[in-house]
Order: sequence, then structure tokens, then C-alpha cells
Amino acid sequence: MNQQDARQAVETAIGKVAPDVEPGDLEGGARLRQDLELDSLDFLHVVEVIAESTGVDIPEADYPAVATVDGLVNYLAARG
Amino acid sequence: MAEFRMPSLGADMEHGKVVEWLVKPGDYVHKGDLVAAVDTDKTVMDIESFQEGVVAEFLVDIGDTVQVGTPIARITATPAELPPSPPPPTSGAASTHARSPVTPPEPTPAHPVPPPVRHLAHTLGVDVGRISGSGTNGEVTRDDVERAAAASAADAGPARAAATEVPPEPAEGAGRRVRSSPLARRLAAELGVDLPGIAGTGPGGAVTEEDVLAAVPPRGPRAETTAEAPPSAAQPPEPPHEAVEEAPRQKRPTAAGTKAESLRQAVGALMSRSKKEIPHYYLSTTLDLAAAMAWMQAANQQRPVSARLVPSALLLKATALAAKEVPDMNGFFTKGAFHPSSEVHLGVAVALRHGGLVAPALHDADTLSLDDLMVQLRDLVSRARAGRLQRAEMADPTITVTNLGDLGVESVYGVIYPPQVAMVGFGKVLEQPWAHNGMLGIRHAATATLSADHRVSDGLRGGRFLARIDELLQKPEEL
Repeated sequence: MNQQDARQAVETAIGKVAPDVEPGDLEGGARLRQDLELDSLDFLHVVEVIAESTGVDIPEADYPAVATVDGLVNYLAARG
Repeated sequence: MAEFRMPSLGADMEHGKVVEWLVKPGDYVHKGDLVAAVDTDKTVMDIESFQEGVVAEFLVDIGDTVQVGTPIARITATPAELPPSPPPPTSGAASTHARSPVTPPEPTPAHPVPPPVRHLAHTLGVDVGRISGSGTNGEVTRDDVERAAAASAADAGPARAAATEVPPEPAEGAGRRVRSSPLARRLAAELGVDLPGIAGTGPGGAVTEEDVLAAVPPRGPRAETTAEAPPSAAQPPEPPHEAVEEAPRQKRPTAAGTKAESLRQAVGALMSRSKKEIPHYYLSTTLDLAAAMAWMQAANQQRPVSARLVPSALLLKATALAAKEVPDMNGFFTKGAFHPSSEVHLGVAVALRHGGLVAPALHDADTLSLDDLMVQLRDLVSRARAGRLQRAEMADPTITVTNLGDLGVESVYGVIYPPQVAMVGFGKVLEQPWAHNGMLGIRHAATATLSADHRVSDGLRGGRFLARIDELLQKPEEL
């Protein structure tokens, strides 16, 4: 998966879980928990939506690597 | 005949606004069927019927705000009683999962389809006009309708099962009914979005709040307020001095802003009452979560994402079990006395994404398996945020948990939600230096706090309760 597709998948997933998050908020460095206010259930939901849409299953051990928008995008781009 | 009254949806609710009728006059309702959507200061909730019968008439209009206890509709026991006459009480007539009610006496031959059957047909999406009746005089019976529904089940899919859950659409615009949540409908109205024009992604194709928002044409770039916007979930139940509503989010129009404000006011009023009336005492302890986190991480490795657990699920379950064992924490203080509850309905403080919080109950949380608790927690949180909580969930928590750990504080001292007598707070799960058997190591830990009512218990009992939570978490496989 290229960066573009990965970013698209991430934005779609976050938009689905937290519709009030604006696209403009999704800067690369934005932290999902602290900046986008996703709690653990929201975060799990994002991971779930991404697994459905891209087939990439993010194991819990990798959660620290996907704590930011860019982290998530890069993770998907490398594995999707 | 029975009057259907505005129910109390929480200790702090004084009035409610009917925002939607989910039935129409002539509909047959079972006990537990959803009748109306009610807007309180806190959230929109679906309220259910306490009796079985036919909706005779509405006593208030959509948009009317009435005091708790005000009759808002009349429900008659059978269609035969539709004209206002004093019928017998309906008690005992209903069971929660009412099977097909006894076909009531037909009102008149002029009604070949009795209202309950029509209602069933409506619920199942069957056109009664196209069914040949097998009853006396060619009357369409429930069996006919159910057969017809089964025949078209191929495309109906799960609709049958969902039928009792999903409220029927409002009567207006019969030709183009759209399944949607009350909040979605309200948002659509306010945003000027054509509801029938939206493709729903919810259960049964229901239009969700998200669908409505997605259908709104984008407007200009919004001001960069997010960074400063305090995380709503980090608000303790006690409101800060100033309301946190600032620059309303662009896609969140006035509705959300007003709602957040009224919610903030409602929370504020209740919390000041709590602080005035309840002599709180506060305790804190650090939970050793090494065993719990190791177990959960191992368990999650074997699971698909959809079945993974979060630490909150373990903390909630341990709290529920401890509350069962230490009854002084679990119940209500009303009329000058404590009434312990034999059930544990665990209130879970849920931050609403557009500000404020509600604390609906996970019913019988002590009896749920961790997996069931996790499923119900996810369901409860998503419905809380979509404004689809039900009356009982708001009205009957016996003890409440506030879990702010996700958003980064180490501890939270909650304010008791009257008439409850205890509030448990969990901070974030951290790795901490931990002395154990004379060795220093790193362990997962979290701070648990208890705010409890001194009229009911004291620090000794409260301390035992917190210690019990810690003990239970040492054997996560038994939770």
C-alpha cells in the first residue's frame, strides 16, 4: 500500500470513529489519544476499522508505533 | 386505560422534551417497546412502555417540555377500549418478551386488520394489503403477517430480530420512511440535510449521526481551536468554573453547543447538590496491574481485533465484584437511609465527544464474563455518544466508575452521583518502579480512588473495598 492509500485509510477510519475530528486536525504529528481525544475504546475501534478496510491487523504490541497519525500511516504503508 | 407518564431518567432529571414519537396512535405496544425519544438536559434517550396495549392518543406534542410524571400518552389495554372508557388495569398483561399477544377482540368488521397485526406488519415491513388473510372473514392474522415476513426474509435479513429493538419510523412521510436515530434526524433537520437522500450505514441501513455529518457539504476551514480545546473526557464529573464550550466546532452546529451547555448545567447542578448533601470521604490506593496486564496482553494476542480487551474491562469487572462483596458501596441513600442493592449496575462515566458526560449502567456487571462486559461496554459507549441510551441505563446505576486514565491523569477523585453512595476513579495504567520481594522492578500499575458517603460507610470499609479490587486483579483469569 502506498502512503497515499494508507493515509486515506487512516483518515477514513478516524472519521468513522470520531466524526467530529476535522480533516484539518489530522496532521502527521497528531497523537490519536491526546490530540484527537480518542479513548481506548475509540482507538480499538480505529484499529478494527483499519483491519477491515486494509487487512492489516495491528497487534497490541505494536500500539506504541501507531500512536500518531503518521505512525499509523507509515505502519500501514509498510505492511499493507 | 393507562397514562404513560414522562419517566425519570436519572436523579437529576426534572423535565423532558418529547422529540420524537416512535409509535403512532393505534399501534400496539408491548411492555418494553420503545415509545418515544426524550431529550433531557443530558442526552436524548429512548423511553419504553411499561404496559402493553394500544396507543390511544398523545397528550403532548413533539417539542413540548414537561415535568417528570406528566402524562404524555394514553395507552389502552385492548383496541376495544380505544374510545375513552374506564378499562381494567393492565398489570400482569405483559411479559417483557411478549410473544404474540392474544389476538384482541376485533373492534369492528370495518377493520379487517386489527391494529396489533397492522403494527406487527409495519414493524416487519410487510404490506398487509398484499396478504390474503386466513382468519375469519378473510381477516389477516399475526400468523399471516409472520409467514409473509418469513417469505421475504431473504432480503429482510436480520430485520426480524431487530424488529423489537429498532423503533418504527415516525408516521409522517409514509412513502419514504428512513430508519435513523433521533439524534441523526435532529442533526439532519438542523443542517438542512435531506434524510431520505442519505445512505445509512447503521443497523438495518439506519442513518446514523455520522452519515448525516458526512452528508453535510464541507464549509470553509475552521479556526485552529483543537489544540487548546480541553479534552472533554478529562473533565471530572465536577464541572470547572467556566464552561469549556468554546469556538463551536464547525460541523457541530448549535445543537451540540446548546446541548453541551445544558448538559454542563445539569451536571453542575447535580454535583453541587452532591457536594452539599453528601459527606464525602476520599481514599486512594495503587493497584498492582502486573498480572492483569500480562494476562490481558497474552489473551489479546490470540484474539482478532474485534474481541480484544482493554484494561478498563478488567478494572470494571473487578470493581463490580468488589461492590457485590462490600454492599456499603453499592446502593442508594434515599429518604434518610441507605438502601443497599442486591444487584450491581455499574455506572460508567462516558465522555461525550462534543462535551460533557453521562454515566449509564452496565446491568449486573458482576455476573458478566469479561468478554460480555467488553461487548456491552463498547455498545454502551457508542450508544451514549449517539444519544441512544435507554431509560433504565440512565436511571439505575448503583455505583459509578470514572476512568480517566486514557487521557492521561494519574488519579481522579470523583463526586458521588446521588443517590448513589460511592464513586470509583481509575487513573491511567503506567509502568512504575515497584518494590516486590525486596527487589525493585518495573510493573504496570494504576491509581484507584474511592469517593464514598460517610453516612453509609467509613474509611475502614472503603479501604477494604479498594483492597478487594486489587486482590481480584491479581487473578485476572478468574475475573
